[in-house]
Amino acid sequence: MNKIKKLNWLFALLVLLAAIAVPWVIKAPYHLHILILVMVWATIGTAWNLLGGYTGQVSFGHAAFFGVGAYAAGLLNLHYGLSPWWGMALGPVVAALAALPIGLICFRLRGPYFALAMLALGEIFRLMFTNLTEFTNGAKGVLIMPEITSKMFFYYVGLTVLVVTLLVTYLIVHSKIGYYLVSIREDQDAATSLGIPTTFYKNVALLPSAFFTGLAGAFYMNYVAFIDPNIVFNLSNVSVMVILVVMMGGVATTWGPTIGAGIYIALGEYFRATLGSANVLVFGILVCLIIMFMPNGIIGGLETLKQKFFRSGTGLPGGGNGEVLRS
Amino acid sequence: MELLSQTIICGILLGGMYALIAIGMTLIMGVMNIVNLAHGALVMVGMYVTYVCAQEFGVDPYLGMFVAMLVLFFLGCLIQKFMINRLVEVESILPENQVLLTVGIMLVLTEGIRLIFKSDYRSVVTSYSSDTLYFSGMAISVPMLTGFFIAMLFTFLLHLFLTRTDLGKSIRATAQDRDAAVYMGINASKITMITFGLGAALAAAGGSLLLPLFYLWPDIGHLFTAKSFIITILGGLGSTGGAIVGGLILGIAESLGATYISMGYKDVVGLVIFLLVLLFLPGGVRSLVKRWQA
Repeated sequence: MNKIKKLNWLFALLVLLAAIAVPWVIKAPYHLHILILVMVWATIGTAWNLLGGYTGQVSFGHAAFFGVGAYAAGLLNLHYGLSPWWGMALGPVVAALAALPIGLICFRLRGPYFALAMLALGEIFRLMFTNLTEFTNGAKGVLIMPEITSKMFFYYVGLTVLVVTLLVTYLIVHSKIGYYLVSIREDQDAATSLGIPTTFYKNVALLPSAFFTGLAGAFYMNYVAFIDPNIVFNLSNVSVMVILVVMMGGVATTWGPTIGAGIYIALGEYFRATLGSANVLVFGILVCLIIMFMPNGIIGGLETLKQKFFRSGTGLPGGGNGEVLRS
Repeated sequence: MELLSQTIICGILLGGMYALIAIGMTLIMGVMNIVNLAHGALVMVGMYVTYVCAQEFGVDPYLGMFVAMLVLFFLGCLIQKFMINRLVEVESILPENQVLLTVGIMLVLTEGIRLIFKSDYRSVVTSYSSDTLYFSGMAISVPMLTGFFIAMLFTFLLHLFLTRTDLGKSIRATAQDRDAAVYMGINASKITMITFGLGAALAAAGGSLLLPLFYLWPDIGHLFTAKSFIITILGGLGSTGGAIVGGLILGIAESLGATYISMGYKDVVGLVIFLLVLLFLPGGVRSLVKRWQA
């Protein structure tokens, strides 16, 4: 167990070093742009995974936190003339604050009802930000003048955001809290009967999830420099897409969301370049196929394959390797 | 006063048509126990079928509706049998897999239609599109009134179908307790398929009735998905009568919101009602009725 853990950390370190080295190899701004987008999505995905994957509370409204984070940065600049980089500090805090009442309301509900309530809340946020025109500029959106335009700089900021998110999520999941969260997903009633305050721990999962989604939002605002409610609060392009990203990579795995984000962005760009207007259609078909044939994502699918080939199971359902948490 | 009654009547008429779409969703939810996020997309496809009938072959939308219902029935059956049904057998960490698959289906349907018809706004113009009836200072549009009555007729027929025929009874039995239904010799997987088809056909009917009133574009589906959810939850899951009441409440709330608050907040009103009902009346209107009867 310990050896495997060490190997995992070594692997993570190698990936990190490779990621740091990338901008020195790939210099084309377009490729860096794609990688930055991957990091934004990987961050949202990892944050969503904490609540949706490990805790099993599938949220259809994470766009609310993303949008709030992005708007916190944008409005700071619009109303007070402060650098939007302050939004990187304020955005996640505001998103977490917004998550507090949302958690109090929505965690009274379970399963599909929770999903629907979050969906409704996400839409309410979108409509409010569209209609409160004095405060948010409404559908016109917020435009900022970025001070820094170097892609390499944004790449490293994005990488830092992603690494911090991955690290914190990993630490939470692999602490005692992580076991509580998984127990809630597997059987909430059993968890309650064992004395786990389930609502409290759901909130414990929601707050960091919202925090890092907000962080990704604030970073997105700084990078793209223009947002409007239909971009950042979009139901199908943000809330639902983040779920698909995590599903594609692998639900309740450390690397799943990052891999899913890579696939989503890479395929999206590739299809856009080659298929023209049919790109979203092909993407949709692919999503259907992945859910139908690889319901646990690419990492989950690989693991099933591995088990089939090696049959070296440790006797634990779902394969040992420190992955007990998953199933 | 006239403004108020006009608003309420308009809301009731719209709500009746929304209710028909929502009944489709509530049927599917009841039997399959899944949240069908592709429902609005099915409505949209139905609307496009009617649109094509009207535009290419000159078929009146109210007749084209039957073509759309037939097409959507088969489309629904196929989707259920070959896509959603597959997931029943696969093991996965999150039970929400089927919901996500419906999202994928929604994407495919919306983008498929967009590929064929582009994102242009379209509308069907008929000789009676702009006809209105006037009485005591109120103006009521004829397509709205016709749509409402056809929707109510369909609901009534569906009610007869569900309560009087063997197939309808099997559907209700499967919704109540799937295992027990199987023990009684009901072919549950066939029933599930038919129910999905039926739900899709009702969605198409509702969409076609709304066609003379709404602009048509590929993304209109999202609007109907949201509305049918709100109605389904308002009325109580799996209840046809509840769906009608829910539809009327939503229609009235929306038109009151549009008249007295603002057009932009119209949808917020519906969503807030939805949240409140989820929190404080999880069984919907149906649970109120039950409490009152007991």
